[in-house]
Amino acid sequence: MKILVQTEDFDLSAEVAALHAAQVGAIVSFVGTVRSDAAVTEMELEHYPGMTEKSLIQIAQQASSRWQLNDVVIIHRVGLLPGGAQIVLVAVASQHRGNAFAGCEFIMDYLKSEAPFWKKETGPDGPRWVDARSTDITALDKWQ
Amino acid sequence: MTVEVKQEVTVTLRFFASVREQLGQSEQTLTLPPGLTTVGQVRDWLIARGAPWAAALASERPLRMAYQQVLCEQSQPLVLSDPTQEIAFFPPVTGG
Repeated sequence: MKILVQTEDFDLSAEVAALHAAQVGAIVSFVGTVRSDAAVTEMELEHYPGMTEKSLIQIAQQASSRWQLNDVVIIHRVGLLPGGAQIVLVAVASQHRGNAFAGCEFIMDYLKSEAPFWKKETGPDGPRWVDARSTDITALDKWQ
Repeated sequence: MTVEVKQEVTVTLRFFASVREQLGQSEQTLTLPPGLTTVGQVRDWLIARGAPWAAALASERPLRMAYQQVLCEQSQPLVLSDPTQEIAFFPPVTGG
């Protein structure tokens, strides 16, 4: 398991390559990016050092046992990110694709509603905190 | 006859995102008055101190709370003898 909260960018292909292993038959990855449009020129990500890592480890452990994942990588960037930048990477490895797809989605759904990160967007009208979306909370219902 | 000993509790409060900006601070360690036993009671006590607490922590605001760096509800009990307690208040999270 690899959990990182960092300001630096990450390399998707290097992270996926590192998940290849004897028992692994499926690797699913997700990359979240800063939307690049007229409304958002940059984004600042704040987090709760200490709790963030604990929360991500707990989510990764839950996913690993529920979906029999062989390995999990979560990398989440913080600080100032320009439009188009990569924000988050979740990659999971398992024996079969079903568990890999489900495990990756499960991690993203929980990360979005429980991990202590906050986005502040800067657009033409200045900076503003991004509101939480109710669909991110209801996304957890399907995992109950 | 029972004698109730009301102990003072020291906590570190942490604030994030819009709550941190409204309060103009990210962290504060303080001694709570005796009688507060849950995270929700700490929030109510802070609100009762007036501005800027009342607006930043207002009960109608859908804030989230963490106790010892784990998400919690208002009913989360404090441990009276633990001097390293950390309570955090913040808006709903928006990472990912």
